[in-house]
Amino acid sequence: MMIKEPMRVYLDNNSTTPCDPRVVDTMLPYFYQKPGNSASRNHPFGWEAEEGVDYAREQIAALLKVDPKEIIFTSGATESDNLAIKGVFEMYRSKGNHIITVTTEHKAVLDTCDKLTEAGAEITYLKVAEDGLIDLAELEASIKSTTILVSVMWANNETGVIQPMKEIGDICEKHGVLFMSDATQAVGKIPTYPKEIGVHLMAWTSHKMYGPKGVGALYVSRKSPRVKVTAQMDGGGHERGMRSGTLNVPGIVGFGKAAEIARLEMHSDAERLSKLRDRLEHELTSKLEECYINGNVNHRMPHVTNISFKHVEGEGLMMTFNQNIAVSSGSACTSASLEPSYVLVALGLGDDLAHSSIRFSLGRFTTDEEVDFAVEKLVAGVNHMRDLSPIWEMYKEGVDLSNVQWSEH
Amino acid sequence: MAYSEKVLEHFQHPKNVGTLDKSKSTVGTGLVGAPECGDVMRLQIEVDPSTQTIIDAKFKTFGCGSAIASSSLATEWLKGKTIEQALTIDNMDIVEELALPPVKIHCSVLAEDAIKGAIADYQSKNGIAVTAMATAH
Repeated sequence: MMIKEPMRVYLDNNSTTPCDPRVVDTMLPYFYQKPGNSASRNHPFGWEAEEGVDYAREQIAALLKVDPKEIIFTSGATESDNLAIKGVFEMYRSKGNHIITVTTEHKAVLDTCDKLTEAGAEITYLKVAEDGLIDLAELEASIKSTTILVSVMWANNETGVIQPMKEIGDICEKHGVLFMSDATQAVGKIPTYPKEIGVHLMAWTSHKMYGPKGVGALYVSRKSPRVKVTAQMDGGGHERGMRSGTLNVPGIVGFGKAAEIARLEMHSDAERLSKLRDRLEHELTSKLEECYINGNVNHRMPHVTNISFKHVEGEGLMMTFNQNIAVSSGSACTSASLEPSYVLVALGLGDDLAHSSIRFSLGRFTTDEEVDFAVEKLVAGVNHMRDLSPIWEMYKEGVDLSNVQWSEH
Repeated sequence: MAYSEKVLEHFQHPKNVGTLDKSKSTVGTGLVGAPECGDVMRLQIEVDPSTQTIIDAKFKTFGCGSAIASSSLATEWLKGKTIEQALTIDNMDIVEELALPPVKIHCSVLAEDAIKGAIADYQSKNGIAVTAMATAH
């Protein structure tokens, strides 16, 4: 049988997912036929827009098993992270100024925390072990009387590693500290039930769960405990006063539909994708020497793998196949001081292995044929780059690279 | 970021990839960069001692597309040049030829250093006063 060679294979679903066609269909009427502002209370245009938003809020609440009133719509995960962390800091400032987070968090959390130090916040950054997991004892020991918030991402964007959320939730409850999670990579792909875990604030976005871009949400617990965040924008007092601004009605309607599809299909998607991911890993590691999988393989997202191909530079490797295959690299050769991924460096990878890493993130629309095609391209690319690599040659000759006098630049 | 046609051509069909016998007195080797920094270039020249002319050049590079293209181009330029002429190759010549964007200029600097390193190695092996040292930067 002839398989038509796919010209472009998308294995970068952790960056963004395609919008599911069922989501697009649901959104379309809200651009022209139903153009209303959901805050217009006095005419049918407003009412039907509000109905669309209310229904989406219910669909999203059902995915998380929470009350629809606990969902605050935003423009995306970055805004939700900012609102949660800055909003809690301002609201609970009188109780304390200490926030605990993790070195492998997304920049939307790290830079937000960093910014708060200017306003008097004290931040503790927890380290991770080689497998990417935090040390629960270290977390508990870091909590003090001034701690107001613990912020730990549900699943890491680069490695897919899932933190021990329930255990963290228990520790936070024991010490009466709020627990916030950036769950951007987890929601809609694995069960994320904040009430079962003890998460009080949860940030994520629509465009990583097959919904449209430009819309996100913050879950804010309303009962035991009742959490409040200080609004970061002034205006019409939308979203229970926590986030002013006219709601993105078509985006929210699509977000809701994406949540409904995820609730119904995420288990079967996860089962299929984990098998496909395992096949990708198995094929690559059996066809190529010196490949290392980064992060804990037993506690990670079903659709993600992060692999270092020793003595091959990631950006150069990507160039061998990036006309056909979309992935992402932990090496950014974009400045005089080349910056390897801070997440992989936090896992204890040497800079050389961090520069050699590729993240593959599969998605709902990834097929078996696409994965096989990617394997073929990857194997050819790694071999090409190793043929070109002086350090691969030295390694093959048995030279101990750690004894070589390199000219640092 | 899109690469220029010339970078793509050198990357897909690199010229003069390989290894020369570094034990020969006529061969000079320049090894610059570090794995931790994300690029390592090894550039080798073979010199005809009677004319001080570079008769062969080979490279291997661990790095991004621009680093590979810069070293591939350097080996092309070196062949047939005298050592004196080779020492006049400036990194900005490489930047211009490959249309490297500002963030990739360090790749051309590395290539210039590799050329100078290879020449210095040849000269010191043969008791010739070293004319130029690779600049650490």
